[in-house]
Amino acid sequence: MANDRESKPGHSRVDEATGTEFVGHEWDGIEELNTPLPRWWLWTFYATVAWSIVYVVLYPAWPLVNSATEGVLGWSSRGDLETRMAEAELQRQPIFERIAATDLGTLPADSELMRQAVAGGAAAFKQHCVQCHGAGAAGYEQYGYPNLNDDDWIWGGTLSEIEYTLIHGIRWDGSDATRMAYMPAFGEIFDKDQVDALANHVLSLSGKAESSAVGAELYAQNCAACHQANGEGDPVQGAPALNDAIWLYGGDIADVRTQIQAPRHGVMPGWQDRLDPVTIKMLAAYVHSRGGGQETPAAAEPGAEPSPEEVAVSAQAGDDGQS
Amino acid sequence: MVNPDTLEKSPDNNSGERDWGAALNQPAQSPEEAPSRLSPKQAPPPLKLYEARKAVHNKRIDGPFRRFKWLVMFVTLAIYYTTPWLRWDRGPFAPDQAVLIDLANRRFYMFDIEIWPHEFYFVAGMLIMAGIGLFLITSAVGRAWCGYACPQTVWTDLFQHIDRLFDGDRNARMRLDKAPWGPAKIARRTSKWTVYLLIAMVTGGAWILYFADAPTLFVDFFTGQADFVAYATVAILTGTTFWLGGFMREQVCIYMCPWPRIQAAMLDEKSLIVTYKDWRGEERGSLKKAQKEPERYGDCIDCNQCVAVCPTGIDIREGQQIGCITCALCIDACDKVMADIGRPRGLIDYATLEQCEAESAGAPATPAWKALLRPRTLIYGGVWGAIGLAMLFALGTRTHTDLTVSPDRNPPYMLMKDGSIRNAYTLRLRNMEARPREMEIALAGLPAGAVMWTDTVARNLAAPAQTVDVPANETKIVRAYVVIPEGTQAHEFQFALTSLDEQGERDVEDTTFAMPGDI
Repeated sequence: MANDRESKPGHSRVDEATGTEFVGHEWDGIEELNTPLPRWWLWTFYATVAWSIVYVVLYPAWPLVNSATEGVLGWSSRGDLETRMAEAELQRQPIFERIAATDLGTLPADSELMRQAVAGGAAAFKQHCVQCHGAGAAGYEQYGYPNLNDDDWIWGGTLSEIEYTLIHGIRWDGSDATRMAYMPAFGEIFDKDQVDALANHVLSLSGKAESSAVGAELYAQNCAACHQANGEGDPVQGAPALNDAIWLYGGDIADVRTQIQAPRHGVMPGWQDRLDPVTIKMLAAYVHSRGGGQETPAAAEPGAEPSPEEVAVSAQAGDDGQS
Repeated sequence: MVNPDTLEKSPDNNSGERDWGAALNQPAQSPEEAPSRLSPKQAPPPLKLYEARKAVHNKRIDGPFRRFKWLVMFVTLAIYYTTPWLRWDRGPFAPDQAVLIDLANRRFYMFDIEIWPHEFYFVAGMLIMAGIGLFLITSAVGRAWCGYACPQTVWTDLFQHIDRLFDGDRNARMRLDKAPWGPAKIARRTSKWTVYLLIAMVTGGAWILYFADAPTLFVDFFTGQADFVAYATVAILTGTTFWLGGFMREQVCIYMCPWPRIQAAMLDEKSLIVTYKDWRGEERGSLKKAQKEPERYGDCIDCNQCVAVCPTGIDIREGQQIGCITCALCIDACDKVMADIGRPRGLIDYATLEQCEAESAGAPATPAWKALLRPRTLIYGGVWGAIGLAMLFALGTRTHTDLTVSPDRNPPYMLMKDGSIRNAYTLRLRNMEARPREMEIALAGLPAGAVMWTDTVARNLAAPAQTVDVPANETKIVRAYVVIPEGTQAHEFQFALTSLDEQGERDVEDTTFAMPGDI
């Protein structure tokens, strides 16, 4: 082929090995060959240029000093996000309405709605509650933030009791109906031996220490009114149970002694002003679903005295994002 | 039948040659003039930086390879267009489409096989088989994929037959190309392009039927109820089929496709290629010339039939090139001419480079199939078959019950009022049968007194095992709470899932129990 061509008259030279024409550029003996592009390739290039012009006109493109050109379509990624969020909101609306219309006590009976409520509660929990109670709702013992996964409830663990706590808070200035309980400080009333005896008696309620006559008497006179004689506590007064394995401020003898001498009192804000009732309901459902929620008494079988285990009945829970 | 003289003088001569470098179109400068090429006084010749496509008008040919190509074309097109319409009864809880890629529900159905997302390794295995299959085919028979089975080849072939149907064979089409635009030409072109478009629409339309129930989608599509993505997909695929099959054709193979480059790198001297046996053909000359000087001229009578029938418009006699898709139509053409003039067939033939070398050195022609059996192809074939068998075995023995366990990590464990330790787990119970099933989930390897309850079984019903109803063809997510009594220890244990039916399928998953001392 190449030989054919070279025999023809003309002005340009052809590389013998490839049969390709030289462009005419040479650098130190290295020459450039001309391999033409297919013409459609050129048209494709022009098409992309045309497309870019259309794009620049339609969409935000040129950066300016403080903003950018907006494009005649007025599209923006923020606006797109707003539209999509509004769409999602609209989709959730019917579920919110159903939750609002459902009594909290009967919510677990509708397992599908309960699942939705728990999922919504899990999302709200991550936004409003994890700062104190932790991402897994396990609390922080060293700061006195209670664990919400267990079956120990200072103020009661039924759905409606949890909701009340959420609405009004604990020792919170913002609500007149807040849950309020203060334990007196006994540090200046009892001497060191009395405090030791009392602490030992408190621990003996859960079998962790030996009681003494002094300790038992001090307990009966000063503590049993709220914490009950056997130490089971009283959710109505907000008196924690002392006879179980769970301690809000630590279960060592030193921790108990400190708490007797100078009790700490945690504060939880009420959420009635900041969250809508449906979100509070969903939060209650989520906290209840963490594995320790108590059944609403009305739903429990009347007559037979339920054992503590039977009282603490797990509730419905869906996939809460913990997996 | 064919007069060699007319063949030689046919208007096809030279006109079908493709120039792969535009430079070849440029008049060449004689070597003697070279030193003056950079002289500023001399006006440089205009360079052609862009090259228009030269239309390929391939001539009709009949022969064994053309018939094989017809067969492959009919089989592949039939598979593509009809598969979505095949039905396959899977009971009331699964779709009845034989081949369905159900993206929305994340299932892939292929006759009796149903692939779940967690079994994607079957798809990975199929892709590995496709890769090794490419090695096998290419090392054995060269670019057979390009020549026979590639969709671009099949649809190009189809559109070239449409050309022939509307405009006649090669010469008529070339005449029509050159003819000025008039009512007749416009009518011909419009009707041909309409048929192109119809084929393209059917092609694009068939694609979406693989992703949804075909009869339903078909009706929805024409009543305007289908999803926007369905219309967009059909529009895009119609456009690409129309453009790539109707107009771009061989340029896709030459300029766009990476496959020819990859395959060219995988060929070796023992791979079959379509080749012109120049030691037998050269020097080319007409029958008349050969009769005068039999010693000078080879078997090639330079009739250009091999060029005329080529669907990519190349001249195979120039040797191996990227434009050759090894469709072997030139073999059919050349064999026919050789038969007509009474010379042995196979001037253009499938042969390996090794066979070519031996043959040109005087060895007798070797049958092409002998090149197929050699270590490289046998090893590829063995590996390919082994993977296939392993996948079939895995497919045959897989259970339709599956359990995955993820322990809660925050909090890892929970101390309960009575001093017992609770761990929480998210269990995924997979029922891969097309019917609802009752399954038992049981604890194994935990101390006595360990019990579990779930989000649907109350704590007062806690027991070492629970029964769960799992809906058909679904993964049921269950939150399980496991409690061990105070004072006991546990670390490693298992959840055992058993289907409570005659199958009695079982899946046991190891997991851990977190204790206060562990963290």
